[in-house]
Amino acid sequence: MEQRILIPLYFDQVAPRFDLATEVSIVSIAKDGGILETKTVVLPRASAEQLCHLVLLEKIGVVVCGGIEDEYYQYLKWKKVNVLDSVIGSYKDVVKRLESKTLQAGDVIR
Amino acid sequence: MNTFQRTQVKGLFDTPIELPSLIDEIPLGVVVLDIKRRVVLINRAFETLTGFSIEDAQEIPCYHIMRSRLCVQKCPLKKMDSNSKSVLVESDLINKERELIPVLINLSPIKDTEGNLTGFLETVEDLRPLKEVDGKSHQAYSYRHLIGKSPEMTRIFQTLPLLAQSDSAILITGETGTGKDMLAEAVHQASYRAKGPFVKVNCGALPETLLESELFGHRKGAFTGAVEDKPGRFRLAHNGTLYLTEIGDLPLPLQVKLLTFLDDKVVFPLGSTKGFQADVRVIAATHRNLNLMVKERKFREDLMFRLNVVRLHLPPLRERGDDIRLILDHFINVFAERFRKNIKGLSKKSLKVLMDYPFPGNVRELRNIIEYAVNICPKGQIQFTHLPAYLSETKHDYELSKSQTRETYEWSTSFATSEGERSDHKTWASLEREMIIEALLKNKGRRNKAADMLGWGRSTLWRKMKQYKIDAG
Repeated sequence: MEQRILIPLYFDQVAPRFDLATEVSIVSIAKDGGILETKTVVLPRASAEQLCHLVLLEKIGVVVCGGIEDEYYQYLKWKKVNVLDSVIGSYKDVVKRLESKTLQAGDVIR
Repeated sequence: MNTFQRTQVKGLFDTPIELPSLIDEIPLGVVVLDIKRRVVLINRAFETLTGFSIEDAQEIPCYHIMRSRLCVQKCPLKKMDSNSKSVLVESDLINKERELIPVLINLSPIKDTEGNLTGFLETVEDLRPLKEVDGKSHQAYSYRHLIGKSPEMTRIFQTLPLLAQSDSAILITGETGTGKDMLAEAVHQASYRAKGPFVKVNCGALPETLLESELFGHRKGAFTGAVEDKPGRFRLAHNGTLYLTEIGDLPLPLQVKLLTFLDDKVVFPLGSTKGFQADVRVIAATHRNLNLMVKERKFREDLMFRLNVVRLHLPPLRERGDDIRLILDHFINVFAERFRKNIKGLSKKSLKVLMDYPFPGNVRELRNIIEYAVNICPKGQIQFTHLPAYLSETKHDYELSKSQTRETYEWSTSFATSEGERSDHKTWASLEREMIIEALLKNKGRRNKAADMLGWGRSTLWRKMKQYKIDAG
């Protein structure tokens, strides 16, 4: 079964703040690790609530982000979304780690 | 895994010291960035605040580590060069514990010995303790050191936090002793500039030439006796607030210079052609009637309009009703504690004397009276004999001071009340009508007693009520 992953972006990097991101990438990864689909969504304004809504709407299983407030972190956990927060690195490097299933919360990819 | 190189500082002491050991002891979060805004060094306080260790943070773009709103929305470092001055900004960050923390960030350039930009220095202060104090300080009829529950004071307490958040110039008016200085300081403390300096200048205290150098600074050799560069109060107040008290006493030539500053925000020290961009909020205060001074050409009209962006008027104590009792009790407690005396309030007579006294010196005078009384009173209640003797003799003095301050009051209230109802020209008829209504109210509508109170016969009162169309029901 494919896994859908949402990554808030800040230029080509993982966004440092979940609540301030205005652009997100949604990546679908197959069970064997191959990328099935990627799409970018531009939000009209930065809002943690809207982003959470998008996560549920798009049936996202994993969120990869930088800083996230505990309120939204707990909400997503409650909605059975796996949140890998405090991740630092470029979008490309993060996707590579996701493909190899080696990405963890707090990872700093130089 | 990145190995962190410990930087050594040579030349400060006989033996080299490690830089981290020096900055680790600073209670503010400190971040040193290279010219590409990547982290070079962070101190222990920053590690504690954000949860990132130096091993995590080194060589990483600062926005990943700082994670403040400022980084994403409008990073001031993007435009900062070697000539830029430090910038102080209030923002928030999210740490690794997923807490949203209000912070005050100071950003400044780091230059090499030749003045070239080599990096940036950021300091980050956790504002949570300050915000908690903020919440507490607004309780129980007070705002910081200001006390009051009268409608005028409540209105000031309510608008003050909103005004503090803006950078607009404020003009505070009010009689002497009403608390103009305290109000200015409260505005500063409630603003995001609270961690910056609050510089007070009394415009009436110095002669013109000295005041110019005091305010705007001077270069070495600008005039005889200028043996070294002097920064001036505007520069000292950079990133903070400059409070100009007695603005009505500011000489005309300096008014022009102040006007130029308010327009351009650039300070030119005496003898210097190079300006300094000062980020300063100006608060001015006066007990004078600036309108009258403008008419007399003693104060520039354009300067008055620039300072008069926001007007705060502090009412005189005699018009603050129940506040007198509140402030009385407050000062009795303060001074009883300070002088370690067992004082149990005021006797009935001394309370009546104080409640009837007009307080031309306002809260300052009230405080002095209580300080004197608490000093004199050995213990128990403060008796009439413990109060200063002049309290029973001051009716004439008050009338005099009232006439002096009346002008300022009327000028201020005519601005403060939009309806203009309380403004200057009341006719005798309207005053008489008010007197009759007041007397009727005090006597619960009983005309006999109201007539007695006014010193009229019952028929005179009836006639005047008819004349002014007052229906006592």
